[in-house]
Amino acid sequence: MPTKKEAKKKPVKTPEAKSVKKAQDKEMVTVFIMGKAYKVPAEATIMGAIEYAGYQIKRGAGCREGFCGACATVYRVPNDYKIYTVLACTTLVQEGMWLSQLPAIPTQKPVYDINKLEPNVATFQKIYPEVFRCVACNTCTKACPQDLEVMDYIQAVLRGDIEKVMDLSFDCLCCGMCAIRCPAEIVQHNVGMLAKRLYGKYLSRESIQLKKRIQEVKEHKYDKEYKELMKMGKEELKKKYYERDLE
Amino acid sequence: MYPDYMNESLKKVAQTRNKRFELAKSGKPVFPPMSAEEREEVLNKFHPDYKPDAISEIRIGPNKGEKLTTEVADMLESRSRIRPELFDLTHPEYETDILIIGGGGAGCVAAIIAMKNGVKSTISTKLRIGDANSMMSQGGMQAAVRAQDSPARHYLDAIGGGHFDNKPELVRTLTEDAPETVKWLEDLGVVWDKLEDGSLQLLHGGGTSRKRMHSCRDYTGAIIMRTLMDEVKNHPDKITVFEFMPIVELILDNKGQCAGGILYNLETEEYFTVKARATIIATGGYGRLHIRGFDTTNHYGATGDGLVIAYRAGAKLLFMDSVQYHPTGAIFPEQIGGFLITEKIRGAGGQPLNKHGEIFVFPQEPRDVETSAIIRECLERNNGIETPSGRLGVWLDSPLIEMLQGKGYINKQFPAMHRQFIRYGIDITEEPMLVYPSLHYQNGGIEINEKGETNIPGLYVAGEASGGVHGRNRLMGNSVLDYNVFGRRAGKYSAEYVKTVELGPLSLEHVANYENELKNAKIKTDLITPVLLPSYTPEVVRKRQLTAHYEGTIR
Repeated sequence: MPTKKEAKKKPVKTPEAKSVKKAQDKEMVTVFIMGKAYKVPAEATIMGAIEYAGYQIKRGAGCREGFCGACATVYRVPNDYKIYTVLACTTLVQEGMWLSQLPAIPTQKPVYDINKLEPNVATFQKIYPEVFRCVACNTCTKACPQDLEVMDYIQAVLRGDIEKVMDLSFDCLCCGMCAIRCPAEIVQHNVGMLAKRLYGKYLSRESIQLKKRIQEVKEHKYDKEYKELMKMGKEELKKKYYERDLE
Repeated sequence: MYPDYMNESLKKVAQTRNKRFELAKSGKPVFPPMSAEEREEVLNKFHPDYKPDAISEIRIGPNKGEKLTTEVADMLESRSRIRPELFDLTHPEYETDILIIGGGGAGCVAAIIAMKNGVKSTISTKLRIGDANSMMSQGGMQAAVRAQDSPARHYLDAIGGGHFDNKPELVRTLTEDAPETVKWLEDLGVVWDKLEDGSLQLLHGGGTSRKRMHSCRDYTGAIIMRTLMDEVKNHPDKITVFEFMPIVELILDNKGQCAGGILYNLETEEYFTVKARATIIATGGYGRLHIRGFDTTNHYGATGDGLVIAYRAGAKLLFMDSVQYHPTGAIFPEQIGGFLITEKIRGAGGQPLNKHGEIFVFPQEPRDVETSAIIRECLERNNGIETPSGRLGVWLDSPLIEMLQGKGYINKQFPAMHRQFIRYGIDITEEPMLVYPSLHYQNGGIEINEKGETNIPGLYVAGEASGGVHGRNRLMGNSVLDYNVFGRRAGKYSAEYVKTVELGPLSLEHVANYENELKNAKIKTDLITPVLLPSYTPEVVRKRQLTAHYEGTIR
């Protein structure tokens, strides 16, 4: 945790840094963070609101840009029966929002040797048999903060269409919202991960030029060129650099 | 949605688009690239590193007397979180062959390779495994694989981008290991973007003379990182993972060899001793120090922890006077201020434009040059677009990409970016993005050699925490490559090292000595490091945090 001194450190205002907006004259809303009411700026993200209220987040923040899935959050709003599942870093607050972050989501990750698997439906039957309990209720899709077609990719697993699973689950952040809402208790994001690895390793077409280049490096084809470059003084290197042709 | 007052400028962008499209399609440069002299001039006048107060002399430690980035010097001239005399080092709570500090890309790669070499390891990480900048890389990874390209050409691009300061043997290692690294990742199951015939889809990055950037749509880092994490989790008997448990000091032995670290449980606030035959620092960078008040593209835990613990133990730092600002961070909407807009956008044909809709810089200059040109356009030439809160930015014209590459290209290649903006009512296939440079990367770090070794026996460093690979400016796509290449090397060579090393009694004397050095240099500070987490608590709340005494975990 930051010490008092760090805490007091303010962003240095310099000509090249941008001006920082003042807190006053902002429109405010009331949100309930785990039941406690706080007034926060109406334009804040949920994560921004939690920090504005004074919380030091330990669990529940990661990349803060929508890539890591650390900030899974559930909320409800007044006069609406629905439960919403979102990322705190990319969702704005609303008046009356009642929210709670999920510090971690319990999932089992089966252990497997990727080198000994075959890219087919039998592999999923063995490693993730619960996938076959899918009742196609679409709750996972509705829970996905990335708006992925989660149920569709689980159904593609049943058909053994690994390319489809890879494609539809590509943008998955593994936040676990689908897994925690699934009535069949499937851990969808782990299933998607396995499909992606199987596709990348076994189904993606091999690059001939890559294979060739690796062989060339092994045969020390570039040794001479490297040695010449590494011997060059700064000026000589500079000249060569600025003279090189651009594609 | 953009506010109405921006419509006039947006209209100009649309008006100039056809002409810019014709030029881009012709294959001629869309703007003249800068000469060496022009680069120097714009850097000197506008790059934040070149401001007089950007660097300060460090008064203690291995780099004493050198000028470092001011915020870094401040962070290093600080006190330890622990009192060494309270630790009984004769009975360590944990013992492991290799202690890996940091569960991002470099740490996971090192653990996997150490395991392949028959050595067990323990990953200790401050947040969750994979909570790292590695997860957030969008653009890709460089590797020279095409016939018209070569690893030596990649070397020339990288060393020129780094202003010829890079350590040559590290650049050779980086570029020569690159093709093999692409294959290694694919064998683990990384889904690279490919063309119909199986060849890799490659794009330009800033400062590259050939197209050599490998990608996984714009989730490159996420796909690679999750593949690595999945592999780490497949070997619980060989790789132990401690989450929310950062290392807050290194431990040395009586011969000065690195022998593990002090582990801190973020939640229970307990400390533990970890004895290790070798230690790898893979703690990443420092964007969350918000150098010069800049927004950052970095993840929550990027507070430079590895730098300060290594420095106290006597490790030498290199190029810690240079900071990388990514030319294109989001500046509007406010809520995504600082978010990374991948360089792949410019690689695919996106252009930076001023308020008149005119292109003002070659879109593929190295990052520091591109950054400086954007700052110049806003501050000196007064051609920036003002946001509602008074910040300035320039347009990054994404609709042009769809004209050049075909309709649907953005949705296919930039799903993350499209998603990021559509949440705020901005469709980047129709409208440009508003951008400004954002604090992105720690160019320097703890000095390593091509084995990932430091000047401390048994201490290895890989990834962003290391220094020397990128000189004073990293090129795009070379950091994903860096953590893979040097993570692999640190894993391999530390695994060899642990087979022969003999450790003496453990010691934290260096921590006490550092404290004395502070005192002798008459440095007054109440800063405690490693920083661990940044604080975004508003001033008004801080003023009321008046607890006079701390009791256990109750603050």
